[in-house]
Amino acid sequence: MTAPLALIGNTPLLRLTNLVEGLANGVELYAKAEWYNLGGSVKDRPALWMIRDGERRGLLRPGVRIADATSGNTGIAYATIGAALGYGVTLALPANASPERLRTLRALGAELILTDPAEGMDRAITTIRALVAHAPEGYFYPDQYSNPANPQAHYETTAPEIWSQTGGKVSHFVAALGTSGTFMGTVRRLRELKPHLRAVAVQPDSPYHALEGVKHMASTQLVPAIYDPGMPDGVSEISSEEAFATARHLARHAGLLVGISAAANVAAALHIARELREGVVVTILCDSASRYLSERFWAVEDNVAGAGI
Amino acid sequence: MAVTITIPTALRQYAAGKATVVLEADNVGALLRGLVEQHPTLGKHLFGEDGRLRSFVNVYVGDEDIRYLAGEATPLQAGETVSIIPAIAGGTR
Repeated sequence: MTAPLALIGNTPLLRLTNLVEGLANGVELYAKAEWYNLGGSVKDRPALWMIRDGERRGLLRPGVRIADATSGNTGIAYATIGAALGYGVTLALPANASPERLRTLRALGAELILTDPAEGMDRAITTIRALVAHAPEGYFYPDQYSNPANPQAHYETTAPEIWSQTGGKVSHFVAALGTSGTFMGTVRRLRELKPHLRAVAVQPDSPYHALEGVKHMASTQLVPAIYDPGMPDGVSEISSEEAFATARHLARHAGLLVGISAAANVAAALHIARELREGVVVTILCDSASRYLSERFWAVEDNVAGAGI
Repeated sequence: MAVTITIPTALRQYAAGKATVVLEADNVGALLRGLVEQHPTLGKHLFGEDGRLRSFVNVYVGDEDIRYLAGEATPLQAGETVSIIPAIAGGTR
């Protein structure tokens, strides 16, 4: 017997080494299949940690609702865990969030406040902050961009899982920056275990990009408080087109339907793996493609075998 | 004819910080190329190496996505507003 929340963490580490030609014999490539989490994405980890931290600090109690602004996986994670633990969830998000997401959130019983699409996430954030400020006793506002429990989840789960699943051989860790929680928490712990670990942050090639959940740190007005720009050893810039091509390649040549940020991570990890003579490169498959199947890029034919890879 | 084009927050740093630019153009392609002529660093963010609009760039004439109109050939009337909107619902946070 398994309690639903026990399905968060301990995700499989998939071997991707055979996916690509041209890797040196001593190089291996692995990725954490984060869609195995209960809510279907890597965001279950920080959401559960922030919720448990809120309970411990007395901010989240029976009758208090979880409230945040998120159009993506974090909202689904809150709604999933909130339902499992008996907390109501109120989310503000732009009205142009995809129909799949709105339906998923509603199916999980979340209360949605839809905001003006033209004003983007900023309007959703100010809306939820106003709601919480008006009735602070009624809401718990995790604020994933500033909450240390977000990277702590990866420090305590993602990093030790990677360490044990690679038998301590991990030499390179590659992950996109959104809130930066995955990168910060995982790298902090892995560096304690292996001081020479090389950590590469994945970034879009432009502030205008299609890598959902990924933040262009060089241009954003809202740098997450949990982000330490001194943490990455390097940055790998991936175009949206390369992420799309990699997503199609993973689907058509490996049977792996992954989301766009996961595909960007694999694209960056491949660039790094190709430059190595030996090493164990690990990246994160943040979620599956199921939340992006209405995107146009799946329909593109790649004429060249292995295009994008 | 004079048409207003609105620029999303993410791209304003390449357009001298402007939220809107007014340009003379008969169709969407000419308008976007006119915009890039005024602000050359915008070019690689909107157009690929093949010179075509990048596949995920969303351009609307009024409330209509140009993909469902005539793409870059979509004609423009004086006074119309063309918007480049974020590629991801929810914007850039």
